Formats: sequence, structure tokens, C-alpha cells
Amino acid sequence: MNRYLSFPVIVLTAWCMLALSATLLSLRPDEIILQKILALPEWQAWLGYDDLGRPIADRMIMGARTSLLVAFSVVFISFVVGTVAGVFAAWFGGWWDNITVLIIDIFIAFPGILLAIALAGLLGPGIMNAVIALSIVGWVGFARLARAQTLTVKHREHVTAARALGTRTARIVFRHLLPLIMAPLIVEATFAIAGTVIAEASLSFLGLGVQPPDASWGSMIREGTRYMLVAPHMVLAPGVAIFLVVLSINLLGDRLRDKMDVRINDRNSQ
Amino acid sequence: MLNYLYVRCITAVIVIFGVSTLVFLLIHIVPGDPVEVMLGETAQFADTEALRTALGLHLPLHQQWLNFMSQLFTLDPGTSIYSKREISSILAERIPPTVLLACASIIIAISIALPLGIMAAVYRGSRWDSGAMTLSMLGISIPNFWMGPLLIMVFSLWLGWFPVSGNEGFASLILPAFTLGTALAALLSRMVRAALLEVLNEDYIRAARARGLSQLAVVLRHGLPNAALPIITVLGMQFGALLAGAVITETIFSWPGVGQLTIEAIQKRDYPVVQACVLLISLTYVTVNLLTDLAYAFLDPRVRLEK
Repeated sequence: MNRYLSFPVIVLTAWCMLALSATLLSLRPDEIILQKILALPEWQAWLGYDDLGRPIADRMIMGARTSLLVAFSVVFISFVVGTVAGVFAAWFGGWWDNITVLIIDIFIAFPGILLAIALAGLLGPGIMNAVIALSIVGWVGFARLARAQTLTVKHREHVTAARALGTRTARIVFRHLLPLIMAPLIVEATFAIAGTVIAEASLSFLGLGVQPPDASWGSMIREGTRYMLVAPHMVLAPGVAIFLVVLSINLLGDRLRDKMDVRINDRNSQ
Repeated sequence: MLNYLYVRCITAVIVIFGVSTLVFLLIHIVPGDPVEVMLGETAQFADTEALRTALGLHLPLHQQWLNFMSQLFTLDPGTSIYSKREISSILAERIPPTVLLACASIIIAISIALPLGIMAAVYRGSRWDSGAMTLSMLGISIPNFWMGPLLIMVFSLWLGWFPVSGNEGFASLILPAFTLGTALAALLSRMVRAALLEVLNEDYIRAARARGLSQLAVVLRHGLPNAALPIITVLGMQFGALLAGAVITETIFSWPGVGQLTIEAIQKRDYPVVQACVLLISLTYVTVNLLTDLAYAFLDPRVRLEK
């Protein structure tokens, strides 16, 4: 049993299980109990109640669902679009490559989440627009990585050999190229999930993501900041959740990178 | 060398053009009629048409783009729809607090990251190393919109050491700067460690040790200066993340900077102000990146002397 792997795996399994089973559990995230407004944790509601008297534990699970759905759809879209664009650019080269690199450079010139905030703000608040905004920002990293990786693999002997044998381009790409460039892309995807969890929560914190009454860990922190003196649990619970999930993904990503990245393995073995 | 500088500067100009075009297009992704969205459904026809003309949105797209670019060149971003004030004068008020906050958080980040990274590199593989790197991993994983409220809760509400929000003197700067600086400190300490580990195996370090220099002198005089370049690069690259983080941090602490202005403008649907803010922040980032690259080329004799 690996002592590094166990903690992140437990946290992430819990995150996925809770998020996916949210509809099966008999949760009442929107039920308002007026007598319980801002009530501290108790036996029936072990995370207490929020400013409207809704059970925080139930809302946390709905928030887990939001963050999981957004993170995985954004990273999936970014992964596919970015990889296709990057491989295409590097494979065909020439003007296509120049234009792709220019577009990548322009998107990278926007600092981190700023473009997503602007896009989500102008598209209008809502979970769908948050996914669109984060995907528009997210594909760039994958495109840059896929392009760089393709450039190094493109001229290897086995690719030249496959070409010389008259293999179709699509077959070369899928059989001889993609398997070789997949490892760093998967590592990138892992960190991208952590980044997207934070980004979604940031948008929701700013009021640009999930809209009430739906729950997101980010919007729960936002609501909680108004009641920090009387009900600190409102801020603590969702914050701890984001922190644990992001920390776990980062630990797992580090581990994956050490395992999969040949270059780093070489350096360590010296 | 000169060739590299030319290419780098030309690329930067093209990127600035692209970034401006993208920001120009932002107003056109607003679903429906941006003028109606800005003024609300109850607006009078005369008002919407007046605003449309004022913003030039009735013109063909290429004409609008040319207007936008000429505004950019003359540094005249127009007027705010909400407050009817010149955007340039609003920005003039908002830029100094953001610069102050950014500088303070960079100083905090460096003063945390340097000792932590040096300690981790010098005592590589020890408890100090794993402790420092665990701390850095925690710092990377803690989002600033949670860090901020936590700091407020502990240091403002419970201990009463700092004001909760606003911009009144030095005390109100500490918490936002710390919130913003944490992630940078965490990343930077990893970079300091990695860069130092690269150089600590070099011959001149061994030579310095052989001459009987103390551990501290070896690291500070011979190690750190040679490890400085990758550290400066990371600092430059992370500057963008810092600016983006400022948007959230300023909102948490009601810090009257450009970041808070951006969010206020988005909430009030004051799109010209949103465009101006996003453009300002992005162009600052592009410029800092360019300067970092140029500084890199200038500082490193291996790059500078290359023919």
C-alpha cells in the first residue's frame, strides 16, 4: 500500500461517489427550516444550517456534484479540442501551425482566470456559461502541450517507417502518435481538473457561476462571508472541501507525473 | 542576440493586437443586443439609440474595430455608462491601490519563498525539505477566496489585529497582500528549491566549499545569484496569476483597485469599463512577460554574448 496514494484516493473517491449519488440520496438542499437559521452543527445536520435555514451537509453534496460536473466537462472539452488543435498544427506545420501558435499566444496573454471571469460575466451568469467560459480558456494549455509533444514524436523512426509503408495519416496519428504523447497530456488533465475546481468555485464566489438556489462550494463561501462571526461553519465547510479535493488532485498529479514522465524518471535515477 | 530581441518584440506587438481584438469582440458575445442588456428592458428607445451611437455599435464591425484600436492608441477608453465619468480618470484612481497590493504581495511571497526554498534545497531529503514542500503544496491548494475569509475571521474578527476591509493605511494592506501572496510564495519556494538544486552540484560550488567558506556564504554568494534567472522567470510568468488573483482578493477585502472595478463593472453591466479593465490587466501582463524575457537575455552572459 502506497502511503502517498492512499489519502488523495480516499478523498477523491468520496468526492466522486457523493457527487454521482447525490440524486439517489434523499437530500433536501433547498428545504428551509426557519427555526434553524445559522444553527451550529448538531446531530441531525452535522454541518449545521445556513443563513436561510438550509442543511449545509446536503448543500455540500450538491456542491460536490456541481464542481465534479463542471470540472470534468470543462477538462474533457479542453482536452479534446486542445489535443486536436495541437496535433493538427504540429503535424501539418506551415501556415496552419503559425496561426495556431499565434492564437495560443494571444489566449495565454490573458492572465489565468481573468478571461473566464470576463466571458462568464458578459455571457451572463449560469452554470452552462461558466462551462463555456472555462473551456474557452482551458483548451490552450492542452493545445500547446500536444503541439510540442507532436513535434518531438513526428520525426521519430517508427513514424517515418509507418509513412514509408503508406499508412494513412489518421492511422499514424491514432496508432503511432497519440499513444506516445498521451502521458504528459493526462498529467496536464489531472492538474487542469484541480484548476477547474478552483476556477468554477471562483466564478460562483463572484456570483458568475451557479445561480441560487443551486449550490456550489464557491457560492456557499460567498454566502458564508456575511455571517463569519456568528456562523463560521458556513465558510469552513465548503472551504475545507475545496481545499481537500484540490490538494488531493495535486498530490495525485505529482505522483502521476513522477510515474509517467520519462524525463523526470531519468533524472531521479541518476 | 539582437535578432532574438527583435523577434520577441515583434511577437509581443502582434500578441497585443490579438489581445485587443479579442477584448473588442467581448462586447459582441453578449447574448442579444448589448445596448439593451446594459440599459435594461425598460429603457426608452431614444436612450438606447443614443448609447448605441455613443459606443459606435451601429457601425459596421470593421469600422467599430478601427475605432476601438484608435481609442487604444490615443489611450482614451471612453466613458463609463454607469457613472458617466471618463474611464481614464476612474482607472487613474484605481491603478495605484492595485500596484501597491501587487508589490506588497510579491514582497511577502519572496520573503517567504526564499528562506523556505533555500532550506529545502540545502537540507535536501531531510525533514526540513519535506516540511517546506508540504507547506508549499498546501499553499498551492488553498484558494484565495477561502484564504481571505479565513484570515479575516481569525485576525480581524477574533483577534481584532487588522481591519476587515477597505484601504486605510498600512494595517489594511497586510491581509489582502498575504492572501494574494500565498500561492505565489508556494510556487516560488518550489522554484527556488529546484533552481538551487541545479546549481549546488556545480564545480564552483564545490570549489567554494573547498576554500572553507561557510554553508551560508556558499549558498548566498555563489548559489543564489546563479539560480536567480529561472526564479525571475517564474516570478514574471506568475505575475499574470497574481493580477487575476487580485480580482478576487480585492473583491473579498473591498480593496478599491482595478480588480474590484472589473467585478463591479461586470455586475453593473458597464461593458466599456469591463473591456478597459481586462485590456489593462492583460497588456500589463504581456509587458511584464516581455520585460522578463528581455531581462533574462540581458542578465545572462551566455545569452548576451551569443553572436
